[in-house]
Amino acid sequence: MKEIQTDLPAPGLTGYEATDASADAPMRALVHVPRAEPGEGGARQAGRRLSDVDGWGRSEKMRSLTRSVYEPIYRYWFRTEWEGFENLPLEGGALLVANHAGAIPSDAPVIMHGIERDLGRPVYGLAENLFRALPVIGTLWSRSGGVAAHPQNAYRLLHDQRDLVLVFPEGAKGPGKHYRDRYQLRRFGRGGFVEIAMRSGVPIIPLAVVGAEESMPILWKSNRLAKLLGIPYFPITANELLLGPLGLVTYLPAKFKIRVLPPIHFDVPPDQERYSRSRVMNETEAVRVEIQEALYDMLRTRRSVWFG
Amino acid sequence: MRILLTGLSTFWGGRLAQALEARDDVEVIIGVDTRDPRVPLERTEFVRCDSTFSILSRIVAATQVDTVVHTHLVANSTRIAGRTLHEINVIGTMNLLAAAGGPDSSVRKLVLKSSALVYGSNKEDPYFFKEDIGRSRAARTTVERSLVEVEAFLRDFADDNPHVAVTLLRFANVLGDDIDTPLTRALRLPVAPEIFGYDPRLQFVHEDDVVGALTYATSHDVPGVYNVAGDGTLPWSEICAIVGRRRISLPSVLTTWAAEPLRIARVVDLPPEVLRLLRYGRGVDNTRFKRAGFRYEYTTAGTVDAFARGLRLARSAGDKHPAYKYEHEVEDFFRHSPSVIRTGD
Repeated sequence: MKEIQTDLPAPGLTGYEATDASADAPMRALVHVPRAEPGEGGARQAGRRLSDVDGWGRSEKMRSLTRSVYEPIYRYWFRTEWEGFENLPLEGGALLVANHAGAIPSDAPVIMHGIERDLGRPVYGLAENLFRALPVIGTLWSRSGGVAAHPQNAYRLLHDQRDLVLVFPEGAKGPGKHYRDRYQLRRFGRGGFVEIAMRSGVPIIPLAVVGAEESMPILWKSNRLAKLLGIPYFPITANELLLGPLGLVTYLPAKFKIRVLPPIHFDVPPDQERYSRSRVMNETEAVRVEIQEALYDMLRTRRSVWFG
Repeated sequence: MRILLTGLSTFWGGRLAQALEARDDVEVIIGVDTRDPRVPLERTEFVRCDSTFSILSRIVAATQVDTVVHTHLVANSTRIAGRTLHEINVIGTMNLLAAAGGPDSSVRKLVLKSSALVYGSNKEDPYFFKEDIGRSRAARTTVERSLVEVEAFLRDFADDNPHVAVTLLRFANVLGDDIDTPLTRALRLPVAPEIFGYDPRLQFVHEDDVVGALTYATSHDVPGVYNVAGDGTLPWSEICAIVGRRRISLPSVLTTWAAEPLRIARVVDLPPEVLRLLRYGRGVDNTRFKRAGFRYEYTTAGTVDAFARGLRLARSAGDKHPAYKYEHEVEDFFRHSPSVIRTGD
């Protein structure tokens, strides 16, 4: 697997040669080096890359640029605090499952930023494939680690590449809920995420996020307008009432607290054709309850929305 | 092995025949096509036929071939009209399968060259298609529909003829010096077209790997469906950069309308399936064919790099290869005249 670069410019020139399989590095460097696929030899003509965009569209250069811009927001605006950060694995695949909130969800960037900064591992965020169809935004989304939620994508990331994947099982129902329903978790889909974790043979790590709900609360929403525009929900947020159009891009400075719960391992063999539906549904509900309980627990000790 | 090859005059067919000629275990190679072969051939017999291969069952019966390689499927919709394409792909394959099937047929192996176009290109797609994952949306263009239809025929054929080993190869987009597809045309333009706001990831296979894969599937027993594509996917922007092209944006709405003047002006013809590719891209999982023992010569980046080097060479040295011209009498003389001393016999 080693000597696959032949008549090419010296490696290190760009730093991310395409098929340099560094599978034996104990801890993944944040500079994402795509692994060779399992059970294969490399092709002899590997070619020279001019960008570091990987098979998922993620670019570590773009990410580190985004991180340096986002750092002040993360640190001074949301003043993010983590609990149980040691529950995140230093290596191996894991499916991070979190609650989802805020009209334009602010939780995904915060979680991805924090983990990439402090754990030094890339996080791929699964999202609605709607993003893929948006010009410009879709490209930026993909460069910064967004991946269309497809079971095959998740499996390949978790099982083949052994990466960290973030998923919000509530889907659009989480961020699309009214402010009066804050911190009331919606249904966790049909448990697809549990099945993927089982099939990939990776643990689920539940994350409870407090703060996203208040960063962009939905006061009113129009189903008719949403249907007309073909989007999941059309919200009027507190931000828009306070700041006008600027409210579309400005979050309220709610204090962010993220609790990482202990990993849940399913002792089932990976790569099965199918898994017991009732077991999947039970585990799904168990994860949901666990996050819900953690949220209540965190809210009980929270003195202020803005100062934590 | 006694081999019948369709599409001898296509780029693949010719190169595949050349590669097979070099093998000792290949007794007979018969190539059929509508046009003259475009590469010099040593011992391949050329039979001219119509585009739907109606003569094929007679040839199979007469020559008792045991292997049929069908490379004559059209995946490039810009060269011929939709009707003709349907005739060649669908009716041609039907005739071919009719000739190769049946209880008294001598055929024991069938290799078919299909395209990753059968997966389509949609926003609902996985980033790397495995062989057993279907399309996200129904096929809408003639070329995609015809290929999907052909694959369905092939599945039925494999069910009805369990004694025939059927190999179906789905090739990613091909790049190479001698290849003419909408994408190679786009990359040969002074500025390459893109769709505003989209930077899809594409995957390529080098023309040498195409010939290698077809040869491998013909000479080994690897029944089943396989994706054939170089490792990895590359963003279109990077592909253009490696080839040394700036990009010009087509609008992201009404893109087909915007592409129409380019087609009329004969700048570049970007059919709907290529425009979808420039919007959503496509990747396939190539591990299954590797596990079957095939070794790729090029990754996707290697393929693009080789293509770029070929373009630079053509710019400096001109791209007019001395064209080979098939002369029936000359070929006949070399193959059959008693005066020619044959060392192989």
